[in-house]
Amino acid sequence: MSENDQVLDFPLRSDEALEPPAEWADLREKCPVARMRFPTGDEGRLVTRYEDVKRVLSDPRFTRRLDAEDAARLSAEGSVFNSEMSSMVPDSGEGHLRWRRLVGKWFTAKRMSALRPSMEAIANELIDAMIEGGQPSDLKAGLGFPLPVYVICDILGVPAEDRERFSYWSDALLNLTRYSQGENAEAMGAFVEYMSAHITAKRADPGEDLLSELIKETGTDGGLTDQELLGTGIGLLVAGHETTANMIGKMVCMLLADRTRWEALLADPSLVRTAVEESLRFDANSGIGLPRYLPEDGEASGEVIPRGTTVMCSMGAANRDESVFEGAGEMDLTRSPNPHLAFGAGAHSCLGQALARTELQVVLTVLLRRLPTLELAVPSEELERVDGLVVGGLREVPVRW
Amino acid sequence: MKVTVDEDKCCGAGQCVLIAPEVFDQRDDDGIVVLLDSAPGPDQHALVRESAAVCPAAAIEVTEEA
Repeated sequence: MSENDQVLDFPLRSDEALEPPAEWADLREKCPVARMRFPTGDEGRLVTRYEDVKRVLSDPRFTRRLDAEDAARLSAEGSVFNSEMSSMVPDSGEGHLRWRRLVGKWFTAKRMSALRPSMEAIANELIDAMIEGGQPSDLKAGLGFPLPVYVICDILGVPAEDRERFSYWSDALLNLTRYSQGENAEAMGAFVEYMSAHITAKRADPGEDLLSELIKETGTDGGLTDQELLGTGIGLLVAGHETTANMIGKMVCMLLADRTRWEALLADPSLVRTAVEESLRFDANSGIGLPRYLPEDGEASGEVIPRGTTVMCSMGAANRDESVFEGAGEMDLTRSPNPHLAFGAGAHSCLGQALARTELQVVLTVLLRRLPTLELAVPSEELERVDGLVVGGLREVPVRW
Repeated sequence: MKVTVDEDKCCGAGQCVLIAPEVFDQRDDDGIVVLLDSAPGPDQHALVRESAAVCPAAAIEVTEEA
């Protein structure tokens, strides 16, 4: 039990951007429910084993009520997990199920597959512009970031010209350290104001988009309330920004860091699907994980966790668990099945995962075709992480071809 | 092989539809799984097993027959 006496400083750091923190392997083996301290000084527990992370995320006793009185504060400035936005959408039970189905039907695999041609067209245009701009080039700024933003703006029916503002608001919501409390509150206020005005305009003049469709159902029996609609619009816009945007850059870096991976894909593009899943699993910089709050006593790896505890689930650590993934420390582009937890698990697993998967598959397919000679323009050890972000990312992805 | 799905558990992630579209679909009105073929042919077996293994809600059950 000696390990349990230590209190880890969270988030854990790693020496290189693409490498996992040194502590993960030890924690999984010896201290699966570790005491840890958030930057605010508040304490919580960190779970790192695959089975624990999967079970905690699926178990409704581990709630998302991070706004509870005695829940740990992840950031002194407030964060996406206890923001005004997080309480706009029902967080559990029947209410959540109803919301999930109302919104989830717009993100089915078939609907996302139908977006492939337009995603391919966007990817091609962005790559054209990258080529025109010359090399070396930052693939994050040129492709990874704009593509998911254009796609989610298109789905929601919000103008892509406003993307600079969305990017700032999203970053303010998802960054735990960069902004002051005043800046966070101001960003949230501006975002709510923008989305409210946008919803009012859509109500008067509906289009062929998700918000217009959801508006049709507001106020009806079983439809969304106005507050839910607002929270949903903001939530989807934020989620559609930083997550896949960062993942595109990280995926490309992982595949280029050992160029035999890229070459394997060039030789056999049918590996794209499993390569995308393996990139999601192998991502050692996937962010801080997902927090849960325990209003009653709980348990993980046979250890009782007292009520009032905030539990941090590290999907990144779980995805490297050797007891589930053979050769977990190796990237295997053919790995199948690949039950990684990058999108969480259970009733709250990522609503947009079919969208994210489709975007990642399209980007990779188009890149292999258009820029087969792609390579990193800096040694992978020199890539730098973005600090403080809830969903991990790289500052830049310098490439040449 | 026999396949069953649990609609109550399903969270509409759509993994099964992306992997085995001949066996699984999602309802248009709520995104919940629709089983198209409860006794799929041998060419689908690997894909169905993969779908069951990666379902985030563990909503797919596969019974292998001798």
